[in-house]
Amino acid sequence: MTRPATEPSLPSETPVVRGDSPPRPPAVEVEGLSRRFGRRVAIRSLTFALHDGDCLSVFGPNGAGKTTLLRVLAGLLRPTSGSARIAGVDLPGGAAARAVVGLISHQSMLYSALTALENVEFAAKLYGVSAPRQAAFRALERMRITDRADSPVRSLSRGMQQRVSIARAMVHDPRVVLLDEPYTGLDEVGAAALTDALHALKRQGAALILVTHHLGEGLALATHTAIMREGQFIEYAERGSVELDAYRDAYRRAVGQ
Amino acid sequence: MSTTGVPGMLAAAALIARKDLAIEFRTRSAFLAALVFSLLAIVIFYFAWDATAVSAADLAPGVLWVIFTFSGLLGLHRSFGVEEADRAIDGLLASPVDREAVFLGKAIANLLFVLGVQAIAIPAVALFYNLPLTRVLAPLVVIAVLAAIGLVAVGTLFSAMAANTRLAELLLPVLALPFFVPIVLPAAQATARLLSGRPVTEALSWLRILIAFDIVFIVACALAYPFTLED
Repeated sequence: MTRPATEPSLPSETPVVRGDSPPRPPAVEVEGLSRRFGRRVAIRSLTFALHDGDCLSVFGPNGAGKTTLLRVLAGLLRPTSGSARIAGVDLPGGAAARAVVGLISHQSMLYSALTALENVEFAAKLYGVSAPRQAAFRALERMRITDRADSPVRSLSRGMQQRVSIARAMVHDPRVVLLDEPYTGLDEVGAAALTDALHALKRQGAALILVTHHLGEGLALATHTAIMREGQFIEYAERGSVELDAYRDAYRRAVGQ
Repeated sequence: MSTTGVPGMLAAAALIARKDLAIEFRTRSAFLAALVFSLLAIVIFYFAWDATAVSAADLAPGVLWVIFTFSGLLGLHRSFGVEEADRAIDGLLASPVDREAVFLGKAIANLLFVLGVQAIAIPAVALFYNLPLTRVLAPLVVIAVLAAIGLVAVGTLFSAMAANTRLAELLLPVLALPFFVPIVLPAAQATARLLSGRPVTEALSWLRILIAFDIVFIVACALAYPFTLED
């Protein structure tokens, strides 16, 4: 199961090829990626690649560097060294790369004074989605929250806001979805809607990177798993049929719990 | 899903400005605060004024520009305040629109905010100080708009810088006010000449300085803005 993170990963699957078109570049390519904040190293020398339809679930204790990794891949942070490419476009700075990424963060990234529909429609317009209002409504429908589409976000519960936030991140049908603890605050309906949406995205060929503390949720979607500690992948593997209990034991050993 | 293409700089800026104005229109918190501050300041200055010692034409320019400077800060602070709540700014920056479009959109919304406050404060000051507003209205509007552009360019930049900090409310005035001086000074001087009945040509040299600082600040702030967003 274990492989040092600093070694380049081999593609897990043959890249999706449609018709006679040349193979698309990997959805995510990370090589020797490091990010420092002052003297503190948040992520160090990560290397991996994900292709369309892959899902990398990243587990690890607080402060391991998981969120920093997602923020670099979302174009919100510059790498200190190494490189990251989304759909073959270098980050940061590549608008073409940001256009195919959806980010779901700890925080909702919503405007509380606007309605749920207005928030998602605003995002659809930023991404150049045609018929943005309809697309926004469909995204809310996918998250089963159309009954509150016209409610101001500030009047929604934490879980409902999270559903709107997820709709916002998926309104442009991203090729790469970065999820930072997306199940936080979701009730059963919301969690089921999110799981369905993520499976649908995978089927459509989107690559997912899911950061979570919940091993069950992570393993259910993962084609790859990583355990992160002190900015490094201390374990990185393509997932076979790993039992949850066995993985939990391996995780505890890996992070020293 | 199909796309029509990522919006260009101006389209994205218009989108962001419209969103900011929609939020302000819903909450009205910053505009009302700025308006209340402006009217209170006018009343306080009015009752502190000894008309036998200082003429209205000498006092009014100072009153106007004190009001514009500080009421503008209220709106500018809110500009990135709404983005920091729930980290909506991350959603903007992770989108494919340029950083410069975010700056421009914010600046447009802030400009309309400041102009809105000016549209109410100028007639109010004219009313209290019995100023010949109709005679100087056109050149006064030109001065107000030019000064607003400079104030907004600087204020939007520092609002972005301060919003990321814990002391944003304190830091914004500390950072921005020194840079407001080259804008407020010529604006106040040009206003004083207009209100004291001097020919418009006497205000032109101050207007040139104002325009020069506008250009310098717009270019410098647009170039510096992307760096304020780096963690």
